[in-house]
Amino acid sequence: MTSPYPILSILVIVMAALTIAASLIWVERRLLALWQDRYGPNRTGSFGLLQVVADAIKIFMKEDWIPPFVDKPVFILAPAIIFITVLMSFAVIPVAPGLIVSDLNIGLLFFLGMSSLGVYSVVLAGWSSDNKYALIGGLRAAAQMLSYEVFMGLSLMGVVLLAGSFSLGAIVEAQKKLWFVIPQFPGFVLFLIAGFAETRRIPFDLPEAESELVAGYHSEYSGMKFGMFFVGEYMGITLISAMIAVLFFGGYLGPVLPGAIWFLIKTFFFIAFFVLVRASLPRPRFDQLMSWGWKVMLPLALANLLVTGAAVLIWR
Amino acid sequence: MFSILRTIWYVFLHSFQKRVTVQYPEEKPYLAPRYRGRIILARDPDGGERCVACNLCAVACPVDCIALQATEDETGRRYPEFFRINFSRCIFCGFCEEACPTYAIQLTPDFEMGEFHRKNLVYEKEDLLIDGPGKYPGYNFWRVAGVKIGGKDKGEAAHETPPVDVNSLLP
Repeated sequence: MTSPYPILSILVIVMAALTIAASLIWVERRLLALWQDRYGPNRTGSFGLLQVVADAIKIFMKEDWIPPFVDKPVFILAPAIIFITVLMSFAVIPVAPGLIVSDLNIGLLFFLGMSSLGVYSVVLAGWSSDNKYALIGGLRAAAQMLSYEVFMGLSLMGVVLLAGSFSLGAIVEAQKKLWFVIPQFPGFVLFLIAGFAETRRIPFDLPEAESELVAGYHSEYSGMKFGMFFVGEYMGITLISAMIAVLFFGGYLGPVLPGAIWFLIKTFFFIAFFVLVRASLPRPRFDQLMSWGWKVMLPLALANLLVTGAAVLIWR
Repeated sequence: MFSILRTIWYVFLHSFQKRVTVQYPEEKPYLAPRYRGRIILARDPDGGERCVACNLCAVACPVDCIALQATEDETGRRYPEFFRINFSRCIFCGFCEEACPTYAIQLTPDFEMGEFHRKNLVYEKEDLLIDGPGKYPGYNFWRVAGVKIGGKDKGEAAHETPPVDVNSLLP
């Protein structure tokens, strides 16, 4: 199932991921505006599409200021880590039949590992900034992402049990008859919630809660380093949406239209859902967040795994 | 849990609602006739300046943005030698309009007076004077005032009887 032109598919996937992540700047603002009865950016170019270009030019023109008190190497490294880990995860996502960078037989584990590594970016950014708000943001991110990672992995095990493989290509092919969202609905809900926590999006944006922590872990960042965190967050949204599409909604499977189009439609649907949730929900208290993660989501994920395992044992 | 889903659904329903934004430069908002915007100086129906340089507007102004100097022409008619409003200070409260005894100073429904240089916001008399009577068409202060000016003696004003000679014994 690996692509016949590996370099070409790498280029296509990287360029597509970066383009989508950049255009999310515009998409998110327009969608938020739609749900708040406004217009959003509509002056730059037709429908405000050039807003992305304008923002990019602006952020490159900004002074890239490194405060004198920071731990310089770590401070510079931190924004790169989030970018690298998210981009690496795109390597295992089957965009269309044959259009995949590397169909690892442990693709799902690779994705989970990479999203765990993403925690380092946030924690190191908060730690190296030598700023109490950044540090609190980093600590919150560490605690939140570790707790939500636990049941994120567990919620996906049901899918793995049903498909009988960790390879994302095989998981998509296993959904030819029935999308996994139907037998694995609890797993889907759990993964969606964990995905919000993993990308640190509202309602789980406590690490960067701007009303309490300035900007959390990236308080001291400016210029393109801040832009890296920003693009990293949008890439994370794209990644989680793509993963939901692949794991629960049959990835590129669909009638009439070519596979890549189906994949994009499904991904964009969940990106829009991410924005919709941002437009609707407030942020919980941190202890609520933690007790939710450990006392509700983790037992639910275990129960889901148990039931799925039993069902697979009985019917196979 | 249910309330969270309900919230998300209600927010989604906003996609079908009208947007409240007014696309300003293309789509102008309605301004009432009494809107307190750019200040002007009106003229009489005959074309003469209404302002009699009484200084009441300058006194009423809470931010002291009006400056003027009174003078008189050869016929005894008072008028401002210069009349200056500093719009970078003006708060558009309309007190000057209320204080004016001759309807000379008026606020208009226009607020588009942005400038790149602050000193361009200081309007002189030639910037403030308009050609018409503004909001009060028929009114002419010098026609109803009992003051003697050139071309109009005492008792010649509208609704005015000729002066009585109090020293005469005739009925």
